[in-house]
Amino acid sequence: MTSAAEFAQQLKDEFGELISEPTEFRGEITVNIADASRITEVCEFAKHELDFDYLIDISTLDHYGEDPRFSVVYELSSISHRQHLRLKTQVTEEHGEVPTITGVWRTADWHEREAYDMMGIKFVGHPNLTRILMWEGYPHFPLRKDFPLEGKPTEVPDVAFTKTAPMEGGPFVTIASSENSTVREPRRRNPEDGK
Amino acid sequence: MSTTQDIEIRDTAAKMAAADELTDVQGEKMVLNMGPSHPATHGVLRLRLEMDGEIITKAEPDVGYLHRGDEKIAENMTYNQFLPYTDRLDYLAPLANNVHYVLAVEKLLGITDDLPERCQYIRTICCELARISAHLLGLGAFAMDTGAFTVFLHTFTEREKVYNLIEALTGARFTTSYTRVGGLSRDLPEGWLDELSNFLDEVEINFDETETLLTRNPIFLGRTQDVGIITREEAIDFGLSGPNLRGSGVEHDVRKAQPYMIYDRFDFDVPVGTTGDCYDRYAIRILEMRESVKILRQCIADIPGGPINVDDGKIVLPPKEKVMTNMEELIHQFMLVTQGQDAPVGEIYFGAENPKGELGFYIHSLGGGTPHRLKIRAPSFVNLSILSQLLPGHMIADVVAILGSLDFVMGECDR
Amino acid sequence: MTQKTEIGYNSKVEGEVIHTTVDAAVNWFRKNSMWPMPMGLACCGIELMAAGCSRFDISRFGSEVMRFSPRQSDVMIVAGTVTYKMATAVKRIYDQMVEPKWVIAMGACASSGGMYRSYAVLQGVDQILPVDVYIAGCPPRPEAVLEGLMKLQGKVAKEPWAKQHFKPTAK
Repeated sequence: MTSAAEFAQQLKDEFGELISEPTEFRGEITVNIADASRITEVCEFAKHELDFDYLIDISTLDHYGEDPRFSVVYELSSISHRQHLRLKTQVTEEHGEVPTITGVWRTADWHEREAYDMMGIKFVGHPNLTRILMWEGYPHFPLRKDFPLEGKPTEVPDVAFTKTAPMEGGPFVTIASSENSTVREPRRRNPEDGK
Repeated sequence: MSTTQDIEIRDTAAKMAAADELTDVQGEKMVLNMGPSHPATHGVLRLRLEMDGEIITKAEPDVGYLHRGDEKIAENMTYNQFLPYTDRLDYLAPLANNVHYVLAVEKLLGITDDLPERCQYIRTICCELARISAHLLGLGAFAMDTGAFTVFLHTFTEREKVYNLIEALTGARFTTSYTRVGGLSRDLPEGWLDELSNFLDEVEINFDETETLLTRNPIFLGRTQDVGIITREEAIDFGLSGPNLRGSGVEHDVRKAQPYMIYDRFDFDVPVGTTGDCYDRYAIRILEMRESVKILRQCIADIPGGPINVDDGKIVLPPKEKVMTNMEELIHQFMLVTQGQDAPVGEIYFGAENPKGELGFYIHSLGGGTPHRLKIRAPSFVNLSILSQLLPGHMIADVVAILGSLDFVMGECDR
Repeated sequence: MTQKTEIGYNSKVEGEVIHTTVDAAVNWFRKNSMWPMPMGLACCGIELMAAGCSRFDISRFGSEVMRFSPRQSDVMIVAGTVTYKMATAVKRIYDQMVEPKWVIAMGACASSGGMYRSYAVLQGVDQILPVDVYIAGCPPRPEAVLEGLMKLQGKVAKEPWAKQHFKPTAK
């Protein structure tokens, strides 16, 4: 049975420079796509030629402070050969758009709406790109790193209001392990100060 | 002199309905707003249904009424601190969520192979017990919505027995927070396995009773057969999972497709439906519960003794006697509590078979004790997306049957 | 002492006639037939359902029917996390309830936002509704729900119904 690494290699053979070398971590194969605007082609190839007929999930990452700021992560799987492949692509903050893959897997519809709602990445060609978890008219994108956990006060008349949650000085968070333990001590951190 | 006044429409639902009535003059379509507070929507789901008489022409589910910001909260917590939030995702089977979450974190840490046998067996027992509990409630609510209230009361009585067992094991009836990264919080109490064995005998009788009440009941059959048919191609394309996917004839169970923990050791079948209607999904849930009972009996027979935690002070809290006397364990305790387990840089996805479908955790870590991004792939979120495709063409009374058969949970859908 | 303070079921039975105060009678009727409107939003809703089922029978306290219609219910049990998106709906439903009405905030999330201190969660339903009884727990056991209901019954028993409805006619 073809393994995920072989599928990634087939993808690379088809698209050449667009696809990065497959990386492996904990038994999973990840492939990076250099140009986000061609994601639909890659997905169509993966679905029709490589038989990845099941889209598990679309996630987004916010690398606050780096450029390109956002990554979009697609988890692909297959009912028949049961292999798992991850596609990643990057989006800059100014451009902020990725083509939709709703035409390839219909489940991408809601995943992309959630990605738009939480992270603010727009999906070009989506049939109904509206907020799904927050309400229409909510002005912020909650999962961005510069949006605080306690929220910001907003008011959309007749729909919903928000207030800031009382944090009592928290949340007290630790950071990545490259620093010494004094720096890693859990304390209130703002993304603007650098995590 | 006019005695009537234009009443100002205040709420958005009425506004939307009015706006549609003005533009959609052709035909007599009615916009019906179902929810978010509705007894049959199993939580806070809002369905905006456009109807032509009794037939639905358009359906738009509106979710997010229980969006609590779990994923943002996860970025501010260590892995063990986030555990109680996972309880409240699929709040009908909290033990299963706990187990799947720590399995995901352990995959990231790379210690999946170091887990002791006893820990794996106990976790499997927890998962399958949670599966029985969740399906009992799902079936009870489904039956209640289609009119069979007695079934609801019967299944809840069995669930109370499950709650007794879970309370003896974890201390809480549900919302257990039982597992920890690298193991479990406590071992099985004395005599618990015998009680579990007795319970399994009783619950099989209850399954038979429920089947007697529903399986060949003409009213139930009339309400659920050939209603809400999801084709195989639709099911895969919409990313359905769990009993909803298997009801449409797709033989995909994560426990068999990508076995995790020790599921490859057990002998169990995966029931698969044929038509993809509500009745198939109901029948699959009953059969799945019976298979869970099989797995549980095998677990009880084979469970070994031994430790329940990984033997690593950097992952699991060391025993208190050592913490109070040795410097190294004291430091481990301090680091684990304040800064969490030190995860490597990388990202993983771990999907597992929750009672509702495939619950997945995508964790992106930049090192350290908190994740940089934790995405929860909720099966109910994906299962609900099929409603706008599935409902049109059905009658309004079928909506209730379809919602009950899809068996979703809003806590998981909205996170 | 001229002030009437005996508001409780204090009766004098003569044959087949019971003498009591209006307050006591009305409050007794009310507290023993509190029909809840279950605003079961999240996990607490499951414990509320368990409280209504055979083991912890809430109907022995008179709350036999869980009316999902606000017009027909007396007490709204807010069980679960109230998000900002849901808050307007909860308020609207509370406004539709008919007097007399009471509110029980069940669980930590309804009382104060619970462990969800985030951008999307209303930190306690008492920011939009007047709450009579708070039940702590995450989720509270069904016994705790029943005790909360009993506390509410105790509160209802002390309400001065007559004073609110009958104005003195003599000066």
